Amino acid sequence: MANPVSTYLRNIIDTATTVFEGMAVTCSHFIRKPSTVQYPDRVPLRVQDTLPFRYRGILEVDLEICTGCLACERACPIDCIVIGATKDKQTKQMILTRFDIDIAKCMYCGLCSEPCPTGSIHHTPEFEGADFSLESMIRRYVKEPVAAYKPKKVETDPVVAPILERGMRYLEEFAAPEGGAPAPGADEAESAA
Amino acid sequence: MQAFLDQLIADGYFAGVPPQLVYAIAIVAAAAVVIFGFVLNVAGVTTFIERRVWARIQSRIGPNRVGPQGILQWLADGIKLLMKEELVPAAADATLFKLAPYVVVMGFVAAFVAMPFSSVLIAADLNLGILYITAVTSLVVVGILMAGWASNNKWSLIGGIRSAAQIVSYEIPAALSIFTIVLITGTLSMQSIIKAQGWAPWDWFLFYSPFTFVSFWILFTALLAEGNRTPFDLPEAESELVAGFVTEYSGARYLFFFLVEWGNLYVISAILVTLFLGGWQVPHVTDNPVLLNLLQFVTFFVKSYFGVILMMWIRATLPRIRVDQLMSTCWKYLVPMAFVNFVGTAVWVAIWPNGNRPVWIAMTVLGFALLFYFFYRVEFHRRRSGAELLFSPFS
Repeated sequence: MANPVSTYLRNIIDTATTVFEGMAVTCSHFIRKPSTVQYPDRVPLRVQDTLPFRYRGILEVDLEICTGCLACERACPIDCIVIGATKDKQTKQMILTRFDIDIAKCMYCGLCSEPCPTGSIHHTPEFEGADFSLESMIRRYVKEPVAAYKPKKVETDPVVAPILERGMRYLEEFAAPEGGAPAPGADEAESAA
Repeated sequence: MQAFLDQLIADGYFAGVPPQLVYAIAIVAAAAVVIFGFVLNVAGVTTFIERRVWARIQSRIGPNRVGPQGILQWLADGIKLLMKEELVPAAADATLFKLAPYVVVMGFVAAFVAMPFSSVLIAADLNLGILYITAVTSLVVVGILMAGWASNNKWSLIGGIRSAAQIVSYEIPAALSIFTIVLITGTLSMQSIIKAQGWAPWDWFLFYSPFTFVSFWILFTALLAEGNRTPFDLPEAESELVAGFVTEYSGARYLFFFLVEWGNLYVISAILVTLFLGGWQVPHVTDNPVLLNLLQFVTFFVKSYFGVILMMWIRATLPRIRVDQLMSTCWKYLVPMAFVNFVGTAVWVAIWPNGNRPVWIAMTVLGFALLFYFFYRVEFHRRRSGAELLFSPFS
C-alpha cells in the first residue's frame, strides 16, 4: 500500500499534467481543417461525382439493351421490379409493355443487376430520391411498348453498341458477385489468412 | 457620474425631487443601458462563439448559415425562444416558478455594478468590490434552487440541490484564493487591486509568488464550479437529470437561464483578470483620456474574452466528473491547497511587504516557459496526426 501522502501529491500532479496534456491535444484539433462536407450547396463538386464506383444508388434501366428475360424481376427479393413482356406471335420477338421500379420499396441490394445478361439494369450514383408522393416514386421506364433487345441481331447498331459496351463493362466491374476484378494483393492476403 | 448629476441638480432640472432619488433613478437607468448595450450582447455572442469553438475542436464547422459566417445565429435562437409558448406545470408553485429566472438574472447583472472596465468606466467603485461580487453572484444559486424546488419535478430538484451544494462548497477555496490577493493589496476595491498591478506580465499578481500562481488555478477551478461549467456542470447533467433545474422551463424564462450561464463566463474571467492579470492596465501611450480609456476597455475585454475561450476549450476537453469526485476535489484538494496558499502568502507579505522582485520575474519567466512547452506539446500532437492545418476561424 502506497504512502497516503505520496498518493495525495501524486493525485495533484497527475491532475495538473493530464489536464495540461489533454488541453494540448484539443488545441491541436482546434487548428486543424474541419472535415465537414457542406452538402448540398457548398460543395466544390457534386457529391454524386465523388462517390466510389461501386456505389449502389437509384436503379436505372437502359431499355435499348434490355432482353426482357425477367432475370432481375425474379432476383428481386422484395418484388419492387414489375416487367410486362409478351411474345409477338408473328415476329417471334419479346415486346416490353411495362418496366416499373418502385424506388420507395427498393433496398439497394444489387441482386437484380448481377443476373442481367447485358448490364441493362444498373445502379447509378444518384441518391436524391425525395419526392412528395409515393406514386411518383415508381419509375416507369416503358412509355410505349418496345421490342426487347436481341443479342443475335445484326452486330453493329451504331446507337446500341456504345450502350451495350457500357453495360458489359458494368457487369464485369461492378455486378459480378465476387466484386469484379480482384484487387492486387487480395490473393496473397487470402492465402496468408 | 455623480458630479454630472450634481451639476444637473444645481441647474434646477430636478426641482423638488430629493437628490437621493435622482441618484437612484440614474443608477437604474445606467444599469439598464449597460445590460442592454453590453451584457446581453456579450452573452449572446458568446453562445455563438462557443459553438464555433467546440465545432472546430471536434473537426466540424458549426453554425455558419445565419448572416455572414453565422454571426446572427444567436439572434435567431433568441428570437425563436422568445416566441415559444411559456409553460407552467400544473403542479408547480407558479409564483416561485415564474420568479426564479429573474432572481438568477439579478444576481448575474448585479455583478456588473463593480466590474472595472477601465480606469473611469465602472458603475460604482465599491470599497469592498470583490466581496460584493462574491456575494451577489451567490444570489444565482438562490434562483437555481428556487427553480428546482418550484418545478415540482425530481430532476429539477436534484439539479437545484446539487447546484446549491456545489456553490456552497466551492465558495470556500474561491474566497481563500481571493484573500491571497487581498492580503497583498490590503484592499477589497476592484480599482485599487488593478492599480496595484502594472501593464506588463511581470507586474501581474499571477506571478507575484508561487502561492499566487497556484491561487489563480484554484480560483479558476472554483469559479468554473460556481458558474456550473463543465467539468462541474452536474446541476444540468443531461445524461442523469434531463436538463436539471431548467427541465420544466421554456420560452423566455429558459432563455434567461442560459443568458446567465453564458454571461457568467464573462463575469468569471473578468474577476480573474482583475485579480491576477492586471485588469485594464495599459502602458501610458497617450495623454488623451478618452483614447486611453478606450484602450483600457479593449485590453480588459480582450483579456477577459481570452478567459472565456479558455473555458469553452476546457468544456470541449474534460468530461463531467461524478458528484463524489466533485466534493472530494473541493474538500480534500482545493481547500487545503487554498489554506496553504493563504498562509504562505501571509508569510510572504510579512517578509517582503513590497513583493520579492527576483522571484516575481523568475515566476514570469517560468510561466512563459510553461506556455512555450504547451505550444511544443500542441505541435507534437499536430505533427503526429499529420492533419491539414487551417488557422482561419472562417470556413
